[in-house]
Amino acid sequence: MLRRSRPFDEGDRYVLDSFLNQFWPATVDGLSLGAIYSLVALGYTMVYGVLRLINFAHSEVFMIGTFAALLTVELTGITSPLGTVPLIAFVLLLALVAGLVSGGTAVALEFVAYRPLRRRGASRLAALISAIGASLFLQQLFALVVIPWMFDRPKEGGRLPVQSADFVEPVNLFSIGPIDIRSDKLIIFVGAILMMVALDMFVNRTKLGRGIRATAQDPETAVLMGVNIDRIVTATFMLGGAMAGVAAALYLMRFEETEYFVGFLLGIKAFTAAVLGGIGNLRGALAGGMVLGLIEMYGSAAFGSEWRDVIAFSVLVLVLMFRPTGILGESLQQARA
Amino acid sequence: MLLEIQDIHVHYGKIAALKGITLEVDEGEIVTLIGANGAGKTTTLKTISGLRPLTSGRVRFNGDDISRMPGHKRVLVGIGQSPEGRGIFPGMTVEDNLYMGAYARSGDLSKELAEVYELFPRLAERKTQAGGTMSGGEQQMLAIGRALMARPKVLLLDEPSMGLAPKLVQQIFSIIVEINRRGTTVLLVEQNAQQALQIANRAYVLETGHVVKSAQAHALLDDPEVRAAYLGGGAGGEAAVAAAPAETSVPEAREAPDEE
Ligand SMILES: Nc1ncnc2c1ncn2[C@@H]1O[C@H](COP(=O)(O)OP(=O)(O)O)[C@@H](O)[C@H]1O
Ligand SMILES: [Mg+2]
Repeated sequence: MLRRSRPFDEGDRYVLDSFLNQFWPATVDGLSLGAIYSLVALGYTMVYGVLRLINFAHSEVFMIGTFAALLTVELTGITSPLGTVPLIAFVLLLALVAGLVSGGTAVALEFVAYRPLRRRGASRLAALISAIGASLFLQQLFALVVIPWMFDRPKEGGRLPVQSADFVEPVNLFSIGPIDIRSDKLIIFVGAILMMVALDMFVNRTKLGRGIRATAQDPETAVLMGVNIDRIVTATFMLGGAMAGVAAALYLMRFEETEYFVGFLLGIKAFTAAVLGGIGNLRGALAGGMVLGLIEMYGSAAFGSEWRDVIAFSVLVLVLMFRPTGILGESLQQARA
Repeated sequence: MLLEIQDIHVHYGKIAALKGITLEVDEGEIVTLIGANGAGKTTTLKTISGLRPLTSGRVRFNGDDISRMPGHKRVLVGIGQSPEGRGIFPGMTVEDNLYMGAYARSGDLSKELAEVYELFPRLAERKTQAGGTMSGGEQQMLAIGRALMARPKVLLLDEPSMGLAPKLVQQIFSIIVEINRRGTTVLLVEQNAQQALQIANRAYVLETGHVVKSAQAHALLDDPEVRAAYLGGGAGGEAAVAAAPAETSVPEAREAPDEE
């Protein structure tokens, strides 16, 4: 706000100074934020790869995951913050629960909102509308019914954020030069990378993974090979949903609160990350998420955090102008074995 | 009868592609389906494989009505297909493409794999190459080899000679004969009618969704109408004859170096 009244050159120096001061912290924040984007982006990119459908309701799959994680925190009755080692174990539990709930939600969504349309040979546009509808439906269902019921609130309270118990005691684990590595951010980054490596191996090395790749590359020929497309689609939603659930558990650990609307902007960002990396491409989702997280944090450091979305989406448009297929381009359809 | 197609009608939206096709394939035969572009040959094969739903009519296999069986299950009962345009998974290696062919099966596949490599030595040399980077001829071999991985009772081949140089066409046809000699029934769709009629036992001629002729293959080779329409014998004479030396020598051709 102050900057507007400054002379132009001084404003420039301010931008540079604040950027340099915050470069390393912004890098750490960018990578841990980017890791969450990447995990959520996997769900968009896998479903797109197999069905050429943008699953807009994936953001609500994430949202439901955050509530599953939050409820797990409540049920375990934790009231005091956990040190690093117990925290890791606890986050594993949260990730497991949220991963299962989100994966199940994604599969249910496919059964209710997409499969009947596919059966009737509906157009992709119809499926997209169904996806947007499902997204809004789930948001409002949580705001109007689930949250008031679950947390014993009056109806209006459904739209307010819900805090979890404070279960994280962030500590600086170590420093690399000027960079302080905080435990929660490191858990997010490492956890997300491990999940992505596991998924990548699953898709590239197992028979079901081979079926997923075949369906993405040529669904009709996949049927001629004896691939049951419905089963592949179910597995794809399950896997993508589970990744969003893990992301949701990590998100809850980092921010210790959630709300019915939590998936909206994060979902758009994750979708952006998927497009940025090359939609349909698993490794592209990783690259896109990290790049987007870093750009946002560097942008905030330089221009103030109110500019982060403007910067993020400007970069998206610029990248796509020069590389319409995204950073890695090559997609699940063509991905090497 | 191994495969019986009884008066099938198939639509794309409101457009009728097949308007009552009846045909039969007996065990051990090579049957060919010839006809101009758009006659409905591909649609017939897709319908047999369960990729297109029937509007009416029946498909029977091994005596069972499979009209409503989902496509992925038809592979297990013994219907294999090498589709039009080959349908190679471009990002998968040659060997992964072959394993895809046996996706519906479980257990040890080394025998099938060895047999395919024996039939197509070229594929053995290219095991780790991405399917999408292979030449047209190699992709065709891969598509046929992949279909064989499931040990089909009947092999449906959709225009295996499409876009190949004459020498390779020869080779592919020889291999089809060899596959049949080893016990696989073949239903061969071709625009290359001359060649197809030479290796087939029986043939059907399709025109705009109807069967207009069915006969012993050699009889059609001499049929004036067929000659005029499909064998370049009439006004529309084309390259089909030129590309086809009269004799198809069988097992030796397989050993020939397979270059394009
Ligand atoms: N995907 C499709 N959508 C609409 N019409 C199609 C489609 N595929 C084929 N057809 C139509 O069905 C008829 C038969 O096509 P096809 O079976 O491909 O013939 P062929 O293999 O003998 O060339 C043609 O008239 C073609 O235009
Ligand atoms: Mg065709």
